[in-house]
Amino acid sequence: MTRQPDLLVVGAGVVGAACAMYAAESGLRVVVLERDLPAGGVTSAGMGHIVAMDDSPAQLALTAYSRGLLAGLAAELPPSVEYDRCGTIWVAATGEELEGARGKCALYHAHGLHAELLDARALTLAEPSLRRDLAGGVLIPEDGVLYQPAFTRWLLDRARRAGAVVQSGVTVRALSRHGVQTSAGPMASGATLIAAGTDTSALLPRLPIIPRKGHLAVTARVPGMVRHQLVELGYLQSAHAMTASSVAFNVQPRRTGQLLIGSSRELVGPDRSMNHDVLGQMLSRAVAFMPALASVDVLRVWTGLRPATPDGLPFIGRVPEREGVWVAAGHEGLGITTALGTGAITAALLTGSGPSIDAAPFTPDRIAEPAGASHG
Amino acid sequence: MAEAIVIVVDGVECKAETGQTVAAVLLSHRRWQFGCSPAGRPRGPVCGMGVCFECVVSVDGIPNVRACLEPARNGMQVVTGA
Amino acid sequence: MVVIGSGPAGIASACAAAPVRRVVLLDGAPGTGGQIWRHRTRATLGRRAQSWLSRLDRSGAQFRGGVSVTEIERGRVAWASRSGHGVIDAETIVLATGARERYLPFPGWTLPGVMGIGGLQAFIKNGMPVSGLRVVLAGSGPLLLPVAASCVDAGAELLCIVEQASVRHLARFGAGLWRHPSKAIEALRYRLQSLNVPFHTGSWVRQVTSSAGQLVVERAAGGDVERIRCDILATGFGLVPNTELAQLAGCAVEEGRIRVNERQETSVPGILAAGETTGIAGAEAALTEGRIAGSMAAGHASSDELPLARRAGQQQFAEALQRDFALRPELLTLAHPDTIVCRCEDVRRSALDATWDARHAKLMTRAGMGPCQGRVCGPAMAALFGWEVPAVRVPALPATVATLCDHCATLSHVEA
Repeated sequence: MTRQPDLLVVGAGVVGAACAMYAAESGLRVVVLERDLPAGGVTSAGMGHIVAMDDSPAQLALTAYSRGLLAGLAAELPPSVEYDRCGTIWVAATGEELEGARGKCALYHAHGLHAELLDARALTLAEPSLRRDLAGGVLIPEDGVLYQPAFTRWLLDRARRAGAVVQSGVTVRALSRHGVQTSAGPMASGATLIAAGTDTSALLPRLPIIPRKGHLAVTARVPGMVRHQLVELGYLQSAHAMTASSVAFNVQPRRTGQLLIGSSRELVGPDRSMNHDVLGQMLSRAVAFMPALASVDVLRVWTGLRPATPDGLPFIGRVPEREGVWVAAGHEGLGITTALGTGAITAALLTGSGPSIDAAPFTPDRIAEPAGASHG
Repeated sequence: MAEAIVIVVDGVECKAETGQTVAAVLLSHRRWQFGCSPAGRPRGPVCGMGVCFECVVSVDGIPNVRACLEPARNGMQVVTGA
Repeated sequence: MVVIGSGPAGIASACAAAPVRRVVLLDGAPGTGGQIWRHRTRATLGRRAQSWLSRLDRSGAQFRGGVSVTEIERGRVAWASRSGHGVIDAETIVLATGARERYLPFPGWTLPGVMGIGGLQAFIKNGMPVSGLRVVLAGSGPLLLPVAASCVDAGAELLCIVEQASVRHLARFGAGLWRHPSKAIEALRYRLQSLNVPFHTGSWVRQVTSSAGQLVVERAAGGDVERIRCDILATGFGLVPNTELAQLAGCAVEEGRIRVNERQETSVPGILAAGETTGIAGAEAALTEGRIAGSMAAGHASSDELPLARRAGQQQFAEALQRDFALRPELLTLAHPDTIVCRCEDVRRSALDATWDARHAKLMTRAGMGPCQGRVCGPAMAALFGWEVPAVRVPALPATVATLCDHCATLSHVEA
């Protein structure tokens, strides 16, 4: 590339890749810098759940928008992406939770999204391996799963076809006035977008991004045992707890016939070591909902760090008080779902064409700590 | 020393001896294929020491048992993936 | 004390420590002996092996077979078997996990009937009759001859032995053996036994196909190709130390083997290692190292230290192995683009050609993500592409969700 790029994307995880793709397809000259392997950080540790989540109106808007963008691209995705619109079932354990499920259903309908209330019998028919005394649930049929490393690769390949350049093994050490300082020397650009997951704070210390550890286990092949992504309705409580560790029943069927078992949340800084207490609780909870899981073989367990923000929404947009610096980070556990929406919004903001959904809730202005304040 | 026993492989009775592994019994009946790869290609045992997982069969209803490490027992029910 | 692995190193460790320590000896196989002393009845073993197994019987060490070690950390070993599972507290852990075979992918190597050289030997020892079966042994290294002997003794029709190393290299290795008399005698005996069998050097199997229930092996030598019909093709290209548990425990692993000092101590206090897992040097070295590790655990160090000259001799042996059985470049180009490299996940060579290293390959193609966690394809990819073999994750061997729940409860209790 002889001319300086219009946009430097720092980080080739799923979010950086989606931003690069939309920006390049909008006509911008894009260079992506990746320290390690594309999709090798936060992205690779995740579950690949594509889910419309209603934690907040803004979250529902972003997840539903992103899910729709993915549906629009579905025909182009190669088999390696393993995109499967298996749907999510939010499982209600008690009558009280089923009442909550009713409300959830109504909310989705109000937003024009498909949702189907399941009574206990319908739940058993849909997922015979679940414990029989559950109250019911909500089926969100347009949710799905995919294999996010392959999805990221596909996004980057598409970005390349639109002229983007992807450089791996280049570490961005600091932001400079009109670009970045890297391990390969200075690079100038029109704008710089930080999409560095949990490492974003290293470059943008005033944006609070907190690592939230999770554990996942993958099983041997047990085809047909689980048909939908299953998440307990109590999951949201788990996701909200910002202090203690928490676990929730969350099981995902993979195309391979394997299951991914989650989920856990811990605030323990950048420590990625396995926590037997939390892992044990997580697996026990899975068995409590699905007793047949007890005898299924686990092949591997791993941990990852979710990039969380104080209000549960990602930072998407221009970084305050930093000329030409943009951010797309802090997606916590929804980066794979919301990567496309994030990319589309970012490209629209960059080119001034106006995003398809309201981007105001995601603006970094909302909670960026003022200059001079220390973040520790 | 070794006693004659019978194990049931895919519903068929197979003669065996105590002290044989399940893999050795299947191989002694000239069963080279124990299962299939994820893509459905035939596979048989390779390492004989519990490393490669190519010899896994179901034993008395328990899946993914490495036949090369499993001693044959009279009346055991073995189901291959072949 | 927990000893993991009941081959010569593990047995010697257990015997040395049992007089003063409570010793539990674990193995994945149902019986003791490891690969080299694997047996159905002891009468089939040599005198030396029998005497060590008798010593083990008398030592008071407790043997548990059919056990998978799923997790290990300083002071604790989590295990699972078909009949139960648990976590053992251990002041000292001895890793005597031995070695496995290295396999190289070539067209047809995933066909049923194609197996490891050591694998074939294990099946024979475990009671597979081979009488009348036509067998081809092909690969590289000193294991070919003893397995050839096993086949002939068991009545197999051994059609030929195919060694990729050149006759010149073999001669150099053979000459070097005289510095290790016991090994040399073994080698000679095995060679004599299998004298009637063609022994092709500088030759290799470039492809195997299946036709009418038989294997058709294509043996290459220079530019010539010979087709051989057989029932079993056994292949293997040397040994790879089993370092997975050491890596999980945080022990330093260098050049593919566990790093130990002259007292068999790894880099993690309380964890010792002995035998092939610290470098391929044979059963004699394993016995000595095992004795040292066991003595260390028993608290009387250094009375039985491996003489330095002997250690140097073993080092020479290991170097000679690497030098004289170095893989010829032709072997690394046998896999076609559509040849499977990762057997667990059906990953073809063409998919791997587009990746940069083992971690990238794992992420993009699933190579190494199957139940063997890269134990088979890892060394193959290391040979083919020069990639470092990635470490395994917990559990080191598959274990049920229920087992992991219980292990977690015990281990977290300890951590708290």
